[in-house]
Parts: sequence; C-alpha cells; structure tokens
Amino acid sequence: MAAEGGAMKRGARRAGHAGLIGFFVIFSAFPFYWMLITTFKSTPDLLKRGNNPFLLNAPPTLEHLKVLFYDTLFGQWIWNTLLVGVVVVAITLLLAVPAGYALARVMGPAGEKLGIAIFLTYLVPPTLLFIPMSRIIGDLGLQDSLWSLVLVYPSFTIPFSTWLLMGFFKAIPKDLEEAAMIDGLSRFGAFVKVVIPISVAGILTTVIFTLTLVMQEFVYALTFITAARSFTVSVGVPTFLVHGDVYFWGSLMAGCFISSVPVALLYNFFVDRFVVGFTMGAVKG
Amino acid sequence: MAIVETRDVQKLFGDVRAVDGVNLATNEGEFLVLLGPSGCGKTTLLRMIAGLEQPSSGDIIIGGQVVTALPPRARKIAMVFQSYALYPHMTVGKNIAFPLKAQGTPREEQQKRVQRSASMLGIGHLLHRKPRELSGGERQRVALARALVREPAVFLLDEPLSNLDAKLRTSARDELQQFQRQVATTTIYVTHDQVEAMGLGHRIAVMDSGRVRQLGTPQEVYHDPADTFVATFLGSPPMNLIEKPEYSLGFRPENFLPREVYAKDGHLFALPCRVTRLEYLGSDRLVYGVTEGKLEGHRVISKLPSNISVFMQPGERHEFALPEKELKFFDPRTGLRAAPRAL
Repeated sequence: MAAEGGAMKRGARRAGHAGLIGFFVIFSAFPFYWMLITTFKSTPDLLKRGNNPFLLNAPPTLEHLKVLFYDTLFGQWIWNTLLVGVVVVAITLLLAVPAGYALARVMGPAGEKLGIAIFLTYLVPPTLLFIPMSRIIGDLGLQDSLWSLVLVYPSFTIPFSTWLLMGFFKAIPKDLEEAAMIDGLSRFGAFVKVVIPISVAGILTTVIFTLTLVMQEFVYALTFITAARSFTVSVGVPTFLVHGDVYFWGSLMAGCFISSVPVALLYNFFVDRFVVGFTMGAVKG
Repeated sequence: MAIVETRDVQKLFGDVRAVDGVNLATNEGEFLVLLGPSGCGKTTLLRMIAGLEQPSSGDIIIGGQVVTALPPRARKIAMVFQSYALYPHMTVGKNIAFPLKAQGTPREEQQKRVQRSASMLGIGHLLHRKPRELSGGERQRVALARALVREPAVFLLDEPLSNLDAKLRTSARDELQQFQRQVATTTIYVTHDQVEAMGLGHRIAVMDSGRVRQLGTPQEVYHDPADTFVATFLGSPPMNLIEKPEYSLGFRPENFLPREVYAKDGHLFALPCRVTRLEYLGSDRLVYGVTEGKLEGHRVISKLPSNISVFMQPGERHEFALPEKELKFFDPRTGLRAAPRAL
C-alpha cells in the first residue's frame, strides 16, 4: 500500500513537472510560432475571420518576405542595427569592465552603494531624456547619423552593464587575484590575466544584454534619425510596414522573426552554458 | 632561503587591533607555525608578511631587506591559500607554470621546472587536467607545486590542510613535513589545529587577540606554557586549571592519574576527586570529576590511557595524584607563569 502510494505520489509529481515545463515551453515558444506562421500566410488567409488563426489555411506564400526585402530597406536596417550594436558593445565593455571591477574590489563598502546609484541612472526613462539629448545631438551636428546612437546608447548600457559585471566580479574568489599577485603580477596584471578570463561568462552575458538593449531601443532612434537609410530595425519596421491603420502583418512578423531569432539563439547557447559552474574547482569543493 | 622578521607590526581594522605589536623572527629554513583560535590575527599577520595587507605600523623584513612597502610580487615568497586558489581556467601544468611565466622564464626552462616540481609532489600525470577535475588532496599538491616551482625564499601556508578529510589530512601532514625538510625553505604556517602545529613546527608561535603569547618548540609550549591562555589552548582535553585567589594551579589531564598507578615513593601531589562522568574514547578514558580535600570544588579531567584499567564509576570518590614537578603555577591576575610554591 505504502509503495503504491509512493509510486502515485511520484507519478503525480512527474506529471506536475511536465505540466509546468509544458506551460513555459508554450509560453516562450508561442510568439515565435505566431511570427513564423504569419510570415508565410497569404493575406486573405490572415484576414478571413472564419479561419483557424493557429494553422495555415491556404498554401504558404513568400510574398511578405519579398515585400520586406525588396520594398523596404530591411537589409540596410539590419546592417545599421548590427553596426551600432557592435560599436556600443565595444564602448560599453571598455568602460563597464574596469568600472565594475573597481566597484567590486577596489572601492570597499562604498562600491556597493555607488554601484546601486549608477544602476539607478539606468532607470531614468529615455522618454524624459530624449529632449535634452536631442539638443546635444543637434549641437554636435549628428542628426540623421548612426553616430548619434553610438553616442547616446552607452548612457544606458554602461550603467546596466557596470552593475551586472560588478556582481560577476564579486563572485570571483579574492584568493585567485591575490595568488596571481604573489605569483608575480601587479593588480592590473592579475585583473587582465586571471579575472577577465574567469569572467568570460559575465562578459558574454553583458554583451548579449547590451546587444538586446540596443536592438529594442526605439525612442532615441526615432527622434534622432529621420532618413530611412539610417534607420535601425526597431524604427524601420514599424515606420514602413504600418501605413495609417493598415498593418502589413506578414512582413511585420517576418521582420520581427528575423531580428529576434539570433538573439534567442545567443541566449540559449551561451548564457546557460557559461554561467553555471564555471568557477567550480577554483576553490574548495 | 631567508629569515623573516616582523618588527612591532600592528594592524588596525577601524578600532579593532587585529595584530597588536608582533615581534617575531624565524630561523633559516625553519618551519614556524602561527597557532591560535579564529580571530586571533594569525592570518592577518601572514597576509602582511605576504604583502596582501599593509601594516598600520611596524616593519616586515625578509632576507635582511625591509619589504613593508614592496608589493607581493617583489617579496620572493610563495603562498598556499586555504582554498588553494588554483586558476580554474588553466590546466594543472599551466597553473604550476604561472609564476614562471609571470617572471618571464624561458619556455624550456619553464617546462623543466614544472616537470620537476610536479614529479616531486607526484602529480606528473595530472598536468593536462583542469582544477575542477581533481580531488581535494590533488588540488592541495598542485597548489604546493605552484608555490615550489619558482624556488621562493619563503613559503607561506594558510591552513592548507583544513579542506581535507581527517584521514587524508594525516597523510598530507606527513608529506608536507617531508617536503619542507627536503626543500629546507623557511616556512610560515598558519593553523588553528594544535595537532598540526605540534606535528609540523620546529617552533610554534601561539597567538591570541593579536599578540604572540608564546614562541617556542612544541615541547616548550606544551610543557612550559607561558600563561594560562597557552596552557588551556594546547592539549586535548586542555590543562586543568584550579583558580585560587593567591595562585592558579595547572596540570595536564594525562599526568593526573589514579594514585595507585604511581610508585609509592615518588614526589606526588595527591588530590582526591569525586567522579562525575566517564568517557570512553578507545585509546583513552576521560574521567570527569570534582576535587575534594583542601582544593575542594573544582572541575578536573583525568586522561587514562587504555592500558590503565583501574575500575571507576560515577559517584565514587577516588584518590588521584600527579608528580609535583608537573604542577604549573600562574599569577591569577595576569595569567602569567609564576614560581612554584608550597601548597
């Protein structure tokens, strides 16, 4: 009896697990499924009310992709976004890595408070900041240039990344740096040769987060840039594929799908693998 | 090889005196143990010698040179951390080669010296593994090999055995001692474990509240404790201490035996006890009791080796005694050792 009860309990627990996992899988995968299926649906199929919206009711079409790539500058926008993304990531790492390390290790207890204060600046919304920022961009003569975004984006990526990296650096055992300093390196040498290689996980996470922040930014990109050739994906797609109250759903979804899948893959392949257990074995265990 | 010396070294953390005026000097090639309870300042003292902590005042001298202002890398020291601090992203071979690489040693020379120190510690077959693939004992050896490889003037070891299980610790202690005697490099070893301290050290500095209470050979600190702290910190169980207004009287549990064990004509100090509890520990029996007679009412412990089979049970009164020369007297106010007196 007792064994039977135990087996039932185990079964119930397993079913509960599966149910929960199933829920989250559907929750996370559904938007991608929706984007994908809409990309290939013909417009009549999309708009006809009686159709099952979750399935293809008519043969698939490449019409929407054609519109996206031939009737808009989508390729150029992707390129612009990547360019801004890469440059902003580089600037962010260059400043946030030393800043995060200094806050975690050199500043002592004040570092923690300063770190939080820096993070708070990230919370000031761009809808407030874009007005003064646009004055600065105007004065610098950077309107319609991607460089305006390269200049402004670090104002929110650096605080966020500094705070994120501070946490990663704090988790690295101090002994490792001290050992490196005794083994013949300066503090800076220990930082470059020991701390940074061990923090690959954290730095990669920062890269992905920064890239995501840049890709989804809308307000600055919309305000500073009016020339279609210089748009980023987040501005170009809604500007060109929504005409008044006419939505080009197929092409919109195709644009979203193409720009979100690489980020989703990055998250899946890297963050998981690097974050867990990388420093295991460094200290007792 | 070098002599390490600390001169009036102090370290303040806010109002706390972590190290309070320590004067120590090692001998050439000596194994010196800093022993004390946690928070006594022993690790802080070691870290100041390493250069990881700056003294608030005083000087550190290594090999005749004042190194107080020098960074750790310029002190010709090697340190083994409690956590071993192996670089997790490097193989064992690269971990060991790290100090040589940092010094800019030529590659072939690096290879040769890594091989030599790895084979000395019996880890030659592990050079391609990562630290996380090693057992605790193996990690400890890698840390030692990394310390050894650059032939430092001084080894600093911070509780390197405390992460090993009890069985491994005994063999590691043995190996560590052989290793130190073999390389004959001055070694300063921090521990809170008195067995390690007694077993390993040429001399032991017993520390408490940031001060060195006594510096001496294991025999000296055990048999001739300088004060009541040293007397009660060393020994398991610790020294019995009977505190009277005029004097404090100390004696070791292993000397405090049933009267009949001693020969009749020895110079004995007799002390009857009422037995309250017995503990059987295999190799020994611990007898807990309360003194009677003229020193009435003090809790004492007697440690009987298993070859003394005197029958005893709780509640009964028994005659105990110890050789008079084993009585240690202390000043009850200062706790310092005092001259013997008649009882």
